[in-house]
Amino acid sequence: MKKRYIILAAYLVLIMLPIYWMLNMSLRTNADIMAQLVFIPTDITFANYTKIFTDASWYSGYINSIIYVVLNTIICLVTALPAAYAFSRYSFIGDKHVFFWLLTNRMAPAAVFLLPFFQLYSTFNLIDTHIAVALAHCLFNLPLTVWILEGFISGVPREIDETAFIDGYKFPRFFFFVFIPLIRSGIGVAAFFCFMFSWVELLFARTLTTTAAKPIAAIMTRTVSASGLDWGLLAAAGILTIVPGALVIWFVRNYLAKGFALGRV
Amino acid sequence: MKKWQDNKGWLFILPVFLIVAFSAIIPLMTVVNYSIQDIFGPGQRIFVGTEWFKETLTDPRLHEALWRQLLFSGLVLLIEMPLGIAIALTMPTKKGLGASLCLVLVALPLLIPWNVIGTIWIIFTRPDIGLMGALINNMGISFDHTASGLHAWITLMLMEVWHWTPLVILLAYAGLRSIPEAYYQAARIDGASAWAIFKYIQLPKMRGVLTIALLLRFMDSFLIYAEPFVLTGGGPGNATTFLSIYLVKIAVGQFDLGPAGAFSLIYFLIVLLFCYLFYQVLLNVGKGEAS
Repeated sequence: MKKRYIILAAYLVLIMLPIYWMLNMSLRTNADIMAQLVFIPTDITFANYTKIFTDASWYSGYINSIIYVVLNTIICLVTALPAAYAFSRYSFIGDKHVFFWLLTNRMAPAAVFLLPFFQLYSTFNLIDTHIAVALAHCLFNLPLTVWILEGFISGVPREIDETAFIDGYKFPRFFFFVFIPLIRSGIGVAAFFCFMFSWVELLFARTLTTTAAKPIAAIMTRTVSASGLDWGLLAAAGILTIVPGALVIWFVRNYLAKGFALGRV
Repeated sequence: MKKWQDNKGWLFILPVFLIVAFSAIIPLMTVVNYSIQDIFGPGQRIFVGTEWFKETLTDPRLHEALWRQLLFSGLVLLIEMPLGIAIALTMPTKKGLGASLCLVLVALPLLIPWNVIGTIWIIFTRPDIGLMGALINNMGISFDHTASGLHAWITLMLMEVWHWTPLVILLAYAGLRSIPEAYYQAARIDGASAWAIFKYIQLPKMRGVLTIALLLRFMDSFLIYAEPFVLTGGGPGNATTFLSIYLVKIAVGQFDLGPAGAFSLIYFLIVLLFCYLFYQVLLNVGKGEAS
């Protein structure tokens, strides 16, 4: 019994070590980083964070990321809710095929869609707008949301719907005031996964934006490829991208497996 | 569950259908367009039939990238699945603060943006400023993932295992938690060893979630782009040029639309095949004893 907790503790320490190292870097100046290897930094400085919060070319990256992630989450939830309800409750022509087709888009290689997306959004003059990235992320997030929500909705017995209709509820009133409160934890989980997968994505976000909607991920990769790196600044930017996920994860901890398994576990 | 036979379901899924069609079908048609034509510029194109497909299928660099990709995905599964199951078995079984904390800490790498994962591992393994890189070099072994292909592979595998083993742990742990306490009590009465409990109770009960984990990990590692792009950029040389990286190189770097289109379609078809397998598994999970 004791031995297994030692293994677990060792694993957790190993998991945390790279993250801790980045935190360590983010609290030191570049000269200090290059000069010596220190496991516990002594003269801690917050200059890197101050620079990110005061320099528009850095903090606008976070704002841009948050804008398209939120847009994406809203689009996904609003359109996926009725769709998930339909997949769970009705059988209609081609339902299984559409359901499978959605899954294929969750799994599609982003690299395949890169060039066509660029052309498509150029045609609509949407390059370098937040909505372009939000729509592009719908390619994998919308199927994911539909699948997760369908999993949760199928856990609600159909008798509830039937009883409500017998009691004289019209469909919209039933859907918004009875059904949505019933699956609110499912909606929360779906929103979390939308947010997360949109937040971590790099390829589309980088390709579809140039300046005005440039996300933090693109700003960071550009900094990496430039010569004369400021490691401390880069580390601080990385730490700040972890913060949103780390804040929310506590609330969805018991649903993580279900979400990753597309609502099937 | 029996469903209502009603075609008004289409009305409900219409918005989703339209958005996904806009971002999936139109681009795919564009790719088909690229793959059968030689495009010089706007309005200048000739139909070339299957020429690009022939060229792509016989491209030695593509073959190399494919084998590299399969080796990578295979190694990832070989390491991550046993490790994930092992760690899941050590997690606290009772609900409580300890279990919750473990879950959160374990899952943390999954929430880090993919490019930041690359950055973390650059910082961690660089010989001059990285903890791991410096430690290894201090032991007298020269380790530099930008210089040696083997070292780049080791770093990438470490990063991949670090990043995605949590997914296997989460799923295996969910499977373990769904086993009723009565099973363990029965096993204890029979005097079953820990290995027997694992083999006859835990493993069969986890079969469903583990299949999902296996397929998810295969798919995602097969499509890997951002992490190696940031960490190694496909190098040194072509040592870590996987399928997605190679495709982006052709499409965006060299702007060879024809070969890129043909490549994309072949890539997409391989993924589609695995996707169908995955779909069958997902539909059957929860129907059998695995839930």
